Amino acid sequence: MGQIELKQVTKSFGDVQVIPPLDLTIHDGEFTVFVGPSGCGKSTLLRLIAGLEDISSGHIEIDGKDATDLVPAKRGLAMVFQSYALYPHMSVRKNIAFPLRMAKMDPAEIDRRVNAAAEVLNLADYIDRRPGQLSGGQRQRVAIGRAIVREPSAFLFDEPLSNLDAALRVGMRMEISELHKKLKTTMVYVTHDQVEAMTMADKIVVLQAGVIEQVGSPLELYRRPRNTFVAGFIGSPKMNLIGGEEAAKHDAATIGIRPEHIDVVESDGMWQGSVGVAEHLGSDTFFHIHNTGLTETITVRAIGDINLTHGDTIHLNPRMHELHRFDAQGLRID
Amino acid sequence: MATKASRSAARLMMAPAVILLLGWMLVPLIMTLWFSFRVYLPLRGGDQGWAGFDNYIRFVTSSAFWPSVQTTLIIVIGVLAITVIFGILIALLLDQPIWGQGVVRILVIAPFFVMPTVSALVWKNMFMDPVNGLFSHLWRFFGAEPVSWLSDASLPSIIMIVSWQWLPFATLILLTAVQSLDSEQLEAAEMDGAPWHKRFWFLVLPHLSRAITIVILIQTIFLLAIFAEIFVTTGGAFGTRTLSYLIFQRVLESQNVGLGSAGGVYAIILANIVAIFLMRIVGKNLD
Repeated sequence: MGQIELKQVTKSFGDVQVIPPLDLTIHDGEFTVFVGPSGCGKSTLLRLIAGLEDISSGHIEIDGKDATDLVPAKRGLAMVFQSYALYPHMSVRKNIAFPLRMAKMDPAEIDRRVNAAAEVLNLADYIDRRPGQLSGGQRQRVAIGRAIVREPSAFLFDEPLSNLDAALRVGMRMEISELHKKLKTTMVYVTHDQVEAMTMADKIVVLQAGVIEQVGSPLELYRRPRNTFVAGFIGSPKMNLIGGEEAAKHDAATIGIRPEHIDVVESDGMWQGSVGVAEHLGSDTFFHIHNTGLTETITVRAIGDINLTHGDTIHLNPRMHELHRFDAQGLRID
Repeated sequence: MATKASRSAARLMMAPAVILLLGWMLVPLIMTLWFSFRVYLPLRGGDQGWAGFDNYIRFVTSSAFWPSVQTTLIIVIGVLAITVIFGILIALLLDQPIWGQGVVRILVIAPFFVMPTVSALVWKNMFMDPVNGLFSHLWRFFGAEPVSWLSDASLPSIIMIVSWQWLPFATLILLTAVQSLDSEQLEAAEMDGAPWHKRFWFLVLPHLSRAITIVILIQTIFLLAIFAEIFVTTGGAFGTRTLSYLIFQRVLESQNVGLGSAGGVYAIILANIVAIFLMRIVGKNLD
């Protein structure tokens, strides 16, 4: 079990309301990702669920029971922190065993669970080392180990991968996803990285200034962003959002087209411009196009290695059926 | 400082400071050693020649020697215990966000700025005086007989005075250590179900161990030599004669420089034993 329900939850620090009334249901076994730019209140929301911050009004229910006034330890949730928050003077074994010791569990059972966790997370080789002697990825795994031995009803992750280098991040991303498939426990994951959100989530919650902009599966958000904020935030590189006359031709205040939905053609494209920066990734090339007659710079993805360099003229053809239209309030027009 | 020339230049530049410091240390040390082997009675015939180890034997066989070592250790350990325990408590309190934090912190540090002589006199006359002291008023208010602190409870009184002086130092060092504790660790422990006293025991105290060792090390060095507090309060009476006070008495009250110097050498040895002992603990704690 691990159903978390937020009902009209608000949070204020002094006079500043960082989270206006908010409703959200996280279903049992779901991998939910809170994503948004920094300062959007996603970490605060996670800390409210964890009980590390008191909510200003509203209710939090965990597994159908009111948990609004429960202390963190009694909510049955385990959290993995951004800084890992390992206890530096304890060995890996003692770190993982700590929550069980605090629960006054039988030592034999503690040993069994710690060894099982170490097995799952490949920690057995350095179980007697201290956190200071471990690499970033290993520390991360110890932090996850400390969370899973408690067998919580849900895991909370607060930007757990932001301190790792890019290669390790991809690896840990897979490991956490695998772990979720294996444990089938509810996971709530906070990140500012939309790639992490897209690759890991069953359900993404996009937040801005404490307000939920959209909730949905990664592909739902990609295909049908509800407003210009979600449209610009989800997808990499960013969707091209074009206003002005060009949008008016399509009866919209803003139109959006993803870089991967624009074809580079030899001649007679709908738009034509000069190539600015070209980012060659090998499999793809991203071109930033200027002087198209539009006010915005257009980003285009071309498959393979196209030989266009700075200053060359390029012809573009957006795929009309992939065009997103938004009204003056930034909301989607269907 | 990579090249040969810059290295020798650096040595040349540092030489005056090194020589000055060495001289400052070595001259008194050698003079003490020299006098400790002489019969030197300034008011009774001056330097009267070689004494061999007589001074050393006389100093330790004197009935005042062992009690003075004991007194020294009691004061040092007593003050250390009080300043460390209360230092931790006050540091934890000062770490809490309160209104007027800056002012409170300065007030807490204030006793450290008061000269030892002055603070001892203030304690002696304003607090511990059996007739007019604040404590005697307090005792009488509750109908109790006032305590003659400095004669009846002389050692605890001196420990109290010295602790008051050194508490700010301990608090300050420990406060910086408390502030450097990662708050996410405490939150993680909270999520792990550790109540506050276990968070203190398993997280805060191990985190503070390094700072505590530093406090103990520095304070011990200074506490072994406390003098002014005893001089202006009990004058060494009522069992408050420490080793340094005994040396002072031998040199100035008995006018026996040779005997006092021998005591000084013993004090150096004692301080070094303590220092080596502490350094080993610190070495372990400082990694």
